[in-house]
Amino acid sequence: MSESSQPHDQASGKLRPLRVVGSLSSLPDNVIGAANLNVWGVVAFMMIEGMGFALCGAAALYLASQGKGWPPSGTAPPDLSFGIAFTILLLASEVLNRWVDRKAWAHDLAGLRLGMVLITAVGVVLIGVRALELMHLNVRWSDNAYGSTIWLLMVLHTSHLITDVADTAVQTEWLFRKEIEDKQFSGASDNCLYWDFVVLTWLPIWGLVYWMPRFWGGS
Amino acid sequence: MQQAELASEEARVAAIWRDKPGLWGFLTTVDHKRIAARYIVTTLALLIVAGILALDMRLQLSQPGMERMGPQRYNEAFSLHGSTMLFLVSVPVMEAMALWLVPLMLGQRNMAYPRLAAYSYWLYLGGVLMLWVPHALDVTPDLGWFEYPPLSGPTYSPGHRADIWAQMITFTEVAALAASVNVVATILKLRPPGMTLARMPLFLWAMLVTSLMTMLALPAVMLATSLLIADRLVGTQFFSPNAGGDVLLFQHLFWFFGHPEVYIIFIPAVGFISAIVETFSRRPLFGYTVQVLALISIGLLAFGLWVHHMFAVGLPRLGASFYTAASMAIALPVGLQIFCWIATIGSGRPRYDTPLLWIIGFIVTFVLGGLSGVMTASAPLDLQLTDTYFVVAHLHYVLVGGAMFPLFAALTYWYPKATGRMLSEWWGKVSFWLIFAGFNIGFFPMHILGLMGMPRRIYTYEEWTGWGTLNLVASGGVLIASAGASILVANALFSLRGGRRAGADPWGGSTLEWDCASPPPPHNFPATPVVESRTPLWRQEHAQAVMTGLSLKRREVLITSPGEAVPEYRQYSPGPSIWPLLSAIATGILFVGSIFTPWALVWGSIPVAVALIGWFWPRPVKEEPR
Ligand code: HEM
Ligand SMILES: [Cu+2]
Repeated sequence: MSESSQPHDQASGKLRPLRVVGSLSSLPDNVIGAANLNVWGVVAFMMIEGMGFALCGAAALYLASQGKGWPPSGTAPPDLSFGIAFTILLLASEVLNRWVDRKAWAHDLAGLRLGMVLITAVGVVLIGVRALELMHLNVRWSDNAYGSTIWLLMVLHTSHLITDVADTAVQTEWLFRKEIEDKQFSGASDNCLYWDFVVLTWLPIWGLVYWMPRFWGGS
Repeated sequence: MQQAELASEEARVAAIWRDKPGLWGFLTTVDHKRIAARYIVTTLALLIVAGILALDMRLQLSQPGMERMGPQRYNEAFSLHGSTMLFLVSVPVMEAMALWLVPLMLGQRNMAYPRLAAYSYWLYLGGVLMLWVPHALDVTPDLGWFEYPPLSGPTYSPGHRADIWAQMITFTEVAALAASVNVVATILKLRPPGMTLARMPLFLWAMLVTSLMTMLALPAVMLATSLLIADRLVGTQFFSPNAGGDVLLFQHLFWFFGHPEVYIIFIPAVGFISAIVETFSRRPLFGYTVQVLALISIGLLAFGLWVHHMFAVGLPRLGASFYTAASMAIALPVGLQIFCWIATIGSGRPRYDTPLLWIIGFIVTFVLGGLSGVMTASAPLDLQLTDTYFVVAHLHYVLVGGAMFPLFAALTYWYPKATGRMLSEWWGKVSFWLIFAGFNIGFFPMHILGLMGMPRRIYTYEEWTGWGTLNLVASGGVLIASAGASILVANALFSLRGGRRAGADPWGGSTLEWDCASPPPPHNFPATPVVESRTPLWRQEHAQAVMTGLSLKRREVLITSPGEAVPEYRQYSPGPSIWPLLSAIATGILFVGSIFTPWALVWGSIPVAVALIGWFWPRPVKEEPR
């Protein structure tokens, strides 16, 4: 079997024997928290997407500063009510989310199952409220650059919201399977981290979509 | 532990890491070496194709009044050449080299996220098809390698040429982001015990900085092209001034990426150079800390540079001047690095084999290119030279001299490791001198043509301009370089079978990849190496210190802490899977569909979701391995 060869320099016959200085076999085969490899992947993707959010925000500020009206005269800013409802519900979900994370850390399967079901349910409700928000933006994306920007910000956040809710739902289903692996607990904890991201990124977007048109004003 | 016992353990590990044979194995592999190899081969094939395209342009320009190409054909040719060279060759080839090298330099068995690596390649391939299949059908983007609105907007560019360019970017950038995340996580979390940050080979530092830059820079160009597509497809108004939009927004976003882009190509090259200079000087690199700091400062400067457009210059003076401004700020850290390399060579016992020749070719060319950059960076000259052949000369000096020569150095340096065979030194030297001379004969005259006022992006010129002679010289030089390139390719192909056997460490290298067999087996290393210095192979004891204890039943990699590389846990490493390919196909359908209808984003996301669920589906541990 050629694959089983030692890393010896066969061509020159130079031999590089190995000197065993220790064993890794006593290390755990999964950990939860910052040492976990997958957390680094989640954080890396949050960094990329966070950059995307920041650039969209910058684009919004840039376009608003062109002095052509934000919103242009004759256009009303988005209705506040659904935006406020969404924000409150989202912040409440964050409390639940932190609780779920603690259950994951504690390897409390029953608690984790309950928490994940709840957070999925809240997520579905949030998507519903989001739909109402979209119906009350008071501008179409094709009306003007202001409208395009408002929709850009909303679509960006909504796509993350839907992705994370779908991801939570799938992971929840997996938690109800017969055989549970240790890495499903760290996976659930990663999911909580991502939910933090969805909550945190909403706050500046909320400001840009709902409050900037009110304070920046028309031209 | 006895050597015999180690060997029997290794046989079991080898069985776990081996791919299935045949086509299925090809489609499902997550072996970083196989993925990187196909990545590299694809980029090199495109380098050749886009090079032939360039040769075609040079033939067209070799004499005044040539009629081989009309203006439209010429526009298509340089757009295709520039876009291919930057988006499908330069950036991906560097990532591909990292996918191949990073685990080997770390003494590891795979990347942090093996399936993500496979996904990255398949998406990249989608980007290649996105640009070149329509070209075969005669729908070629024709607005250069950056396609500004309003020219690329719905009004002035009906049809799908601009969409194709924009979605090619989306494909390749998602692929690049996937690769970068993988590289960062691998370098920070999969280092062998003992390889602290301060003992990390410079190539790994270079890839770490590059990948972080990629993650911060690429979202900008994806946003720019997505907004462009939205304007073209669903009637948003981001870039239409009469509806409150602003065309400069595109340029700002594009150059927020465009500035760092040059460094994203150049910094991996710095990594190659450092590795090669060290080995062929046969002494540890001079000024390691200075080199690391220089790398980091280049990374920071790259983003800082963009700011001068926003505050100092007021109106963005973009496009051409970007290369020159880039070379100005880069001058100090790169100057330091060049000094360190020369000091290493000067104080070592250098061996002038082909890889080191390429490095010296790089230094000469890059210094010349840098000088011309400094020239154009002075404002009055710049006005004179912007959009002339001076810029064409300069950007090729930077890109070919600064990135391609180090790449060729790297390919000749690691070829024996990848194939188990040596390249012919003699033919290697012949191809080096032909390409080096041909390139300089081909591109140096363009500086003068620029000073004489020849504009870039013209498909022909007239007799009275007096540009004919120098253009003929330029085209002749490119022909010489092409002959050299053909020899290089032939050498690589013939040596695959006919080359001398290389053995594990033909050059006397200093880093871990030279400790495993050539070519490396699927599991790379028999056990986890323990590192005690920056140059682990130049050690006193003959035997390599290792740790055993990774599973013999399933694929595992060792996870260590990001700073001190202290072992933390044994991570299960996913095996072969068809899902990355299926996910890439689903993503590709979504991207292509969204050129035609916005609904593709909605319906197209369903297969993507299905594929991703399949990808991450948890399998009980006992099902592994196959
Ligand atoms: C030795 C082989 C090469 C030759 C003969 C060549 C030749 C040319 C020519 C004739 C043009 C068009 C100039 C004009 O009309 O404005 C051009 C443009 C360009 N080339 Fe090359 N090139 C070569 C290699 C490369 C490489 C390796 C890269 C990048 C890594 C590259 C990047 C570009 C870019 C970015 C443009 C600008 C395209 C645009 O104007 O949009 N070239 N090249
Ligand atoms: Cu600049």
